[in-house]
Amino acid sequence: MQSKTIGAVLSLVLMGLGQLYNRQWGKGIVFVAAALVGIYLTVFQLYDHLHGLITLGEQPSGFVKVGKMMKMVEGDHSIFLLIKGLIALVAVLFFLCFYILNIRDAYLVGRLRDEGKSPATFRKSLAALGDKHFAYLVLLPPFIVITFLTILPLIFSILLAFTNFADPILPPANLVDWVGFDNFSKMLNLKVWSSTFVGILTWTLVWAVIATATTYVGGILIAVLIHQPRIRFKKFWRTALIVPFAIPNMISLLVMRNMFNNQFGPINGYLQYFGLKGLPWLTDPFWAKVTVILANMWIGIPITMILAFGVLTTIPRDLYEAADVDGAGARQKFRMITLPMVLFSTSPILIMNFAGNINNFNVIYLLTNGEPVNINYQFAGHTDLLVTWLYKLALNQSQFSFASVIGIVIFFIVASVSIWSYTRTRSYREEDMIQ
Amino acid sequence: MKTSGGNLKLVLSYCILTGLTFLSLFPALWIILSSLKTGNSLYSETFIPREFTFGHYTDLFNKTKYPIWFFNTLKVAVLSTVFGTALLLISSYAISRFRFAGRKTSLKVMLVLQMFPGFMAMIAIFVMLNAMGLLNSHWALILVYSSGSIIANVFVAKGFFDTIPKSLEDAARIDGASHFKVFATVIVPLSTPMLTYASLMIFNGAFIDFIFADLILRTEEQRTLAVGLFKMVSQRNSTEFTMFAAGAVLVALPVTLLFLFLQRYLVDGLTAGANKG
Repeated sequence: MQSKTIGAVLSLVLMGLGQLYNRQWGKGIVFVAAALVGIYLTVFQLYDHLHGLITLGEQPSGFVKVGKMMKMVEGDHSIFLLIKGLIALVAVLFFLCFYILNIRDAYLVGRLRDEGKSPATFRKSLAALGDKHFAYLVLLPPFIVITFLTILPLIFSILLAFTNFADPILPPANLVDWVGFDNFSKMLNLKVWSSTFVGILTWTLVWAVIATATTYVGGILIAVLIHQPRIRFKKFWRTALIVPFAIPNMISLLVMRNMFNNQFGPINGYLQYFGLKGLPWLTDPFWAKVTVILANMWIGIPITMILAFGVLTTIPRDLYEAADVDGAGARQKFRMITLPMVLFSTSPILIMNFAGNINNFNVIYLLTNGEPVNINYQFAGHTDLLVTWLYKLALNQSQFSFASVIGIVIFFIVASVSIWSYTRTRSYREEDMIQ
Repeated sequence: MKTSGGNLKLVLSYCILTGLTFLSLFPALWIILSSLKTGNSLYSETFIPREFTFGHYTDLFNKTKYPIWFFNTLKVAVLSTVFGTALLLISSYAISRFRFAGRKTSLKVMLVLQMFPGFMAMIAIFVMLNAMGLLNSHWALILVYSSGSIIANVFVAKGFFDTIPKSLEDAARIDGASHFKVFATVIVPLSTPMLTYASLMIFNGAFIDFIFADLILRTEEQRTLAVGLFKMVSQRNSTEFTMFAAGAVLVALPVTLLFLFLQRYLVDGLTAGANKG
């Protein structure tokens, strides 16, 4: 039999055996050791973890009668079981990948021996790792970090949407159960949830459209205004108008929340100074919505302005000269040259901004905190977006499973908008990034 | 071309620009003046206070835990920037330069990850840390900020590396440099603009974030500036408005100046980010 087959089969039986057969002692010993640890853990731990993941615990904490005494017994903690089960699954997956790579390695080295070449020494293998597989080596740390801190928590969140982990069912006193699509159907069919959901979804979409449109149009108009050839001190105007972008928005929003204060804020103060009655900026449902849009314009316009500026400076001068020769007026030049160029180059960011505004947590949370309270809503106010509602549901009301449902809904909205827009951009067709 | 209509338009343009400049600077001016005002209330009779005082700034250091918060914030932000930038650099470089199995899949995965509301993972991490009794640690913040910064900036960084000509590396490689040496001596120096942009973004994010920090940090000693300031005004009936103003000025001033100073890099970074999709 050929070495490559024997090597592969031996490695299949036990990781590292094939490497030892190929006389790669160092590598073989490391692999065998890893295999023994991995198999030990898989055999003795995996069953418990999977069992826990499926049942989410069988014994709640509580008092159990032992003889004549009531004794506190610590039971299963469903959330713990869920997390551990998930981590165990991911670990097993990693181990399996490694195992398959080990078989492939034994096969390749065996083939090398069949061809009469001597296999690489341990030191050479290590060197090859740094050279041929540099990308993998370098990507390993970010990969691990992302897997455990982003992907695993996200899967955990998504799984929560299919459990009944919501107040009053909170571990360790209660056991959490898998409930399938119950939460989703409650969200659509149960009156208290569905009316809040539809209301907030509508406002979220309206908000995203208005917020995106106002900042986009405003930014381009201001950039064009400054870009006029006869305006002087361009750098000064630009810097002054970038300031809102440079101030950390957490600070400026907290400041604005005070500026718009109905009683003591300076804005109503000035309105009263001019003999106008102040407006209920943050306490009236309609005006609260106006306020968040205004505040968002203040923060968002500079960004579009910067981008539009970038585009404006790249428009070739001779286009305008040609237009002058043809006798075009300023307005015509703007409509036929400037506007199309700017729109063409900046339209991709429109979609990004739209998606960003759907998730614009800070503006709402810091300015109004979703208030004024809407008595018809379940744990939400008039200006709450889906994201802020998600936050309140999870952190203030412990309605974790419903919060996860909202998160999944947001994902589907953002994902469909992004994919729809992505297929329409040049980079989709020309670049090799995503295909 | 100098018609009276043209001049009118010019005057009008200047008026609009002056008005907009006033609007864009007003909140900053107001908070600076408020921080220098005597008393502690939000209400003020005049825009420019009658008496000036630096008392709120000294109070901040004597009566609150501001210095400790400041140190905590610096620690979290600096470490997050260091780890985040390092991870971002190597991962985006590898993705831009090497064609390995799973490359396109990882790009797709990262694109999908961007579409989930950012703190859905955060809330899950909170639940997990809570279940394990690991709340109130700065390291949790640092790790989450660093990993989040990879996903948030990888496309900008990758786009930047795509524009560096490959021949530069090939030349170094012919001279016998290893991958790592090429990376450290050729690529990193060339990527200063991107590096500045990304590290500034990561630093700023960690410096300013209050949602996750507020979730994780349970005791006053562990708080960061953003959380401390947020608590100062977010509580109902908070009476320490002017002290908040002083704190806000101290936090915002360095960051704002840094942003204005590094404007050019930011503009480049933003433009690169916009062109990606």
